[in-house]
Amino acid sequence: MSISIEGITKHFGSFQALRDISLEIPDGQLVGLLGPSGSGKTTLLRIIAGLETADEGRILFHGEDVTRLHVRERRVGFVFQHYALFRHMTVAQNVAFGLDVLPARERPPAAEIRQRVQMLLEMVQLDHLAQRYPAQLSGGQKQRIALARALSMKPQILLLDEPFGALDAKVRKDLRRWLRALHEEFHFTSVFVTHDQEEALELSDQVAVMSAGSIEQVDSPQKLYAQPSSRFVFDFLGQVNVFAGQVEEQLLRQGEAWVHLPEPSPAPALQLYMRSHEVRLQTAPAAYAHLPLRIESISLVGAEVRLELSPVGWDSEEPWEIGITHAQFNSWQPSRGDHCYAVPQVAHAIAQGTDTPETLHWQAGEMDDPAAMI
Amino acid sequence: MNRSLSGLLPGRSSQPGKRVLPGFALSLGISLFFISVVLILPVTGLIAHTAGMGWEQYWAVITDERVVASYKVTLWTAAVASVINALVGLLLAWVLVRYEFPGKRIMDALVDLPFALPTAVAGITLAALFAQDGWYGQFFDLLGLKISFTPLGIIVAMSFTSLPFVVRTVQPVLEDQAPEDEEAAVSLGASDWTVFRRILFPAIWPALMTGIGLSFTRSLGEFGAVIFIAGNMPYVSEITSLMIFVRLQEFDHAAASAIASVVLMASLVLLLGINLWQARYLRRLHGR
Repeated sequence: MSISIEGITKHFGSFQALRDISLEIPDGQLVGLLGPSGSGKTTLLRIIAGLETADEGRILFHGEDVTRLHVRERRVGFVFQHYALFRHMTVAQNVAFGLDVLPARERPPAAEIRQRVQMLLEMVQLDHLAQRYPAQLSGGQKQRIALARALSMKPQILLLDEPFGALDAKVRKDLRRWLRALHEEFHFTSVFVTHDQEEALELSDQVAVMSAGSIEQVDSPQKLYAQPSSRFVFDFLGQVNVFAGQVEEQLLRQGEAWVHLPEPSPAPALQLYMRSHEVRLQTAPAAYAHLPLRIESISLVGAEVRLELSPVGWDSEEPWEIGITHAQFNSWQPSRGDHCYAVPQVAHAIAQGTDTPETLHWQAGEMDDPAAMI
Repeated sequence: MNRSLSGLLPGRSSQPGKRVLPGFALSLGISLFFISVVLILPVTGLIAHTAGMGWEQYWAVITDERVVASYKVTLWTAAVASVINALVGLLLAWVLVRYEFPGKRIMDALVDLPFALPTAVAGITLAALFAQDGWYGQFFDLLGLKISFTPLGIIVAMSFTSLPFVVRTVQPVLEDQAPEDEEAAVSLGASDWTVFRRILFPAIWPALMTGIGLSFTRSLGEFGAVIFIAGNMPYVSEITSLMIFVRLQEFDHAAASAIASVVLMASLVLLLGINLWQARYLRRLHGR
């Protein structure tokens, strides 16, 4: 079932939580609403569910206007951030709740309810906990029970509010994989809210990045990461290295550092945004870039070695972070305090006073001094 | 120095069950002492008073026809008053927690008034209000209901003095109740009434029971407010605490103590019962 969000606006008193939000969610997609706290993502999710009413705008499910429909009639599954399991009911009673409260003539017979509950609990692999109370479960188990309960009414739309927010990293990863599998199997349309970019990028077909009540960009994770459409998305998604300077003809300069731009820029001042993988490190400066850095810390954990670097003879608001392979690390053998040089291969230039990045590429031929490469 | 340090510190920290904050023994000691002096000693005195009587005499005093009639009156009026308080108290707590309205703080403060007011003042005021020609009484009189100087008056006085119990026990629990639980239930298709019956009520039920229990025990022992409005007719509107007072006026201390011991026993059993029941219920919610 597709979801259409058309021009949704919401105020809480004088605070504008949502500004004219429009979003199309095609049938069967898993869409992440990503943003910092206070960006309005949870409010939007609650409006889709009918737990909150919009000041203006419409919500359509499968082309049908549900804006005025009560949450009870919208038939969506909703998973709450803190699970909202009924504490005085057993796990089985929790999952059976939706079926139990159906009007008598629609309610399936008790045996069938029991069977459905059993099936749902098997689906979340917790059928052995049917007679426990929520207080006796771990966070991950509670989350899965909350999911089973939300799915008990066979909703075609599943909404999840920070579904894995309160869980530790390992459990989170398992649950993510598992939710993805569940989604594939049951073909519901899901929207989930998260402030965790990794979670959003890994789990979603599409990610809507929100900031201050507006949607900044909606794209597939790959596109979002490779081509952020605004400064905000850049800053919010993943680590980014920034070099800001004044343009003198084709040269971008700040202090002792400079970068020769592949094409002349009309703007007097530029910021270059570079992802960690878009920058190489060398022991000597390249012909077109002189960005001296000092190694501040070295983190060996993970698939690559992450170096935290501070600028030498120029400034940046945040320290730089660049990853090198373990093989590179072993042949180079750098230690804390060593100097090295960053060489951009791809960068996203944002001119002062604008918000749209322009992607710059340096030709491989422009790289020189193979001896300096690590 | 070195020896004393190494001798002292590990020794202290390795003591099993050592608490982070000091003063456990002292605070427990003071608490026990206070409870002994203020609560247990008078109770012991009471029992000592009755100890002079033989079992038969004791039995005769507490099963005296007029006294038994007073038990009945006290029990049923206290029960009715508690039921009224359960309903009104629940409603009050609900309104105070769930709604914002001007004067809410004042209303919240007013709930405690029955605790602050001398019970005799309450009794005299209520008796005047509910008298046949009183402000409220005149309307009840039109309905043919006499309230002051009948058992109905006892109920009014008991409700008044024990109302805060239900409100104050239910209120915090209602405040803690996460709105998500109700939203979850509604999103699963539950009607408003079902949400109240199956989600909200079970959550506040233990607190409500405690409130009702406290209200009931308080009503059993209420004296000041009741005697001014009850009319105190033997066999009809005489409460047990009045019987104790009557015996005291007859300088029959032993009999007074004997009847008092019955009230005391009933209250203790009731309070203990509520506590045990509540502990069992809460264990489930907290997963122990």
